[in-house]
Parts: sequence; C-alpha cells; structure tokens
Amino acid sequence: MSLDRVARERLVRALAASVISHADELTSLDQAIGDGDHGLNMKRGFEAVLAVLPGLADKSLPEMLKAIGMTLVMKVGGASGPLVGTFFMELGKALPEQPSRADLVAATEKAIEAVKARGRSEAGQKTLLDVLVPVHAVLAGGGDAKAIAAEAAQAADRTTPMQAIRGRASFLGERSIGHMDPGSRSASLLIGAAVETLEFEVNT
Amino acid sequence: MSNVGIVIVSHSPKIAEGAADMVRQMVGDAVPLAWTGGDVDGGLGTNVAGILEAIETAWSPAGVAILVDLGGAETNSEMAVEMLPEDRRARVLVCNAPVVEGAVIAATESSGGSSLAAVKRSAEEFYA
Repeated sequence: MSLDRVARERLVRALAASVISHADELTSLDQAIGDGDHGLNMKRGFEAVLAVLPGLADKSLPEMLKAIGMTLVMKVGGASGPLVGTFFMELGKALPEQPSRADLVAATEKAIEAVKARGRSEAGQKTLLDVLVPVHAVLAGGGDAKAIAAEAAQAADRTTPMQAIRGRASFLGERSIGHMDPGSRSASLLIGAAVETLEFEVNT
Repeated sequence: MSNVGIVIVSHSPKIAEGAADMVRQMVGDAVPLAWTGGDVDGGLGTNVAGILEAIETAWSPAGVAILVDLGGAETNSEMAVEMLPEDRRARVLVCNAPVVEGAVIAATESSGGSSLAAVKRSAEEFYA
C-alpha cells in the first residue's frame, strides 16, 4: 500500500468528514448513556486536524498519523481524545512508510494494545475496543475493504445490548443496556471512511 | 520550595478553582498549587494542554500529585504525564481519590514535607 500526497489528503478528509457529518448522532448517543459531548468533542478534534491539513499531507504516512494523534489528544478532550489519539499515534509509530498488509495487521494490533493500556480496558466492556478488536480479526484474516467496513458497523451495533463496564456509561449500570456505545460508533465511522478511501486507492 | 506540588483537574473549572481555594485555606502558600478545568473551548471537560500547564505551574523537585474527578480527567492526566520530559515523568502521580477531599488531604500532607508517595497514600487512604 503506497499512499501519495493526494491520497493521504483524501484519507484525512474522509476521516474528518465521517465524524463531523455524524456529530449530532454521536452526541445524541452520548446523551443517552454518557455526558453528551462525544460528537462535539470529536468534531472539534477533526476540525483541528483539517485546519493543519495541507502541511499534514506533506508528511510521510507514519508522521502524518502521529501528528493526527497528537492533535486529537490535545483538542478532543474527554476520555476519547487520549484513546483515539493514542490509536493514531501508535499506528504511526508502528507503520513503515509503505506498509504491506502484514505491516498494517501488526501495527493495528500494537495500536489496539496501547488503547487497552490507556483505558485499562478490554473488549466486552462497551467501549471502542468492541469495534477495534473484531475489526482487527477480520483484517488479520484477510477480509477485504467491504468485509472490514461491514464488521465495523456490525460490531458497533453489537455494543447496544452490552452493559458498560468502563467510562461514564458504567455509572448507569444496567441502564446502559439498550443504547449503542458512542465511542464504538465513532470508531466504526472512522474505519468505514478509512477502508473506503484505501480501497479507492487500490483500485485506481 | 520543595514540598510536593498539587494539581487539581476537574471537568468544571468552578469545581477546580473552588477546590484550590479550599486547599489554600488549609496550607496557605506552603504548597505549590495549580488547577485546571474545562475543555479547550471553555465547556465542561478536561484538556491535556491545560493539565501540562498546571503541572508546570505547580512543579516541585519533590514531585507533583494530581487529583482528578471523573474518567476523562484521569485519562487526560495520564496522557499529560506521559508527554512530560522523561526526567519529570516518574515524579508526577495521579491519585485515586475524591478530587476535593483528596486535594485538601494531599496538600496538608505535603505541607509537612512528606514525600510524593506519602502524599498520594494519604489522599488515597483517607476514603479507602
């Protein structure tokens, strides 16, 4: 996989658009079981990413991912800033400039481990890990862009009947059951946007 | 001043500032103290840049104890600690204690010249 400057810029724009265009939905999901700021926070973070975009796409893929992560850490606030930011930063640290699929599998695994450590959490606790972990399994198993995007969406749906163990929603106990986890939803949106863009790059 | 510094991190700037006022009432200027609260737009939340600045303000060679309220404050504080220069990282600890009570107890312990570990322990044990 080789992403030139144009492709890198397209990737970043797609990631940002996926979150920004769903900000209201993310906020209403978070109002149901959290503090209602997830959409606003993620939008703020990705608007800050867009604000530095021309320069961002000049960087190599790993450096660009690290810079996105740092911007999200500094701007998003809430727990999702450090969690999503850490994912991007660790992905950037682990990926070579022109990653193979195997590189992507290995780097994503490292990034997921870093998110687990940052949130002291595991899959099954109604967090973004409930999307990241199963999506990684599909990626590692050779799934194509469509399979990855489908798993991301389904994994987010599967958080609805879960009871939250980590994060603000855990205060609600059983009342967190029946609502989709906002962090899982934003993770699935980002993954969907990423694979759609990357598939486009592969095909053209 | 070589007493352990105290940093208060709340989602609400009013709570952070009010807790700092209570700490000052207990220990005066004997303890380096800083507070931060709110997201970068001034809404409820916490932000890493604000926490880094507060650590700098309350810096002491004896270290800094951070008191936080809810999850995001803790996650952002841990992120901030990791972003510190390496020689400072080990001298900043996030306490697992209620933010207001913990800050007052930690500051009182610090004002007697206790170590960072002792300050953290006092804050955490009081309500354990």
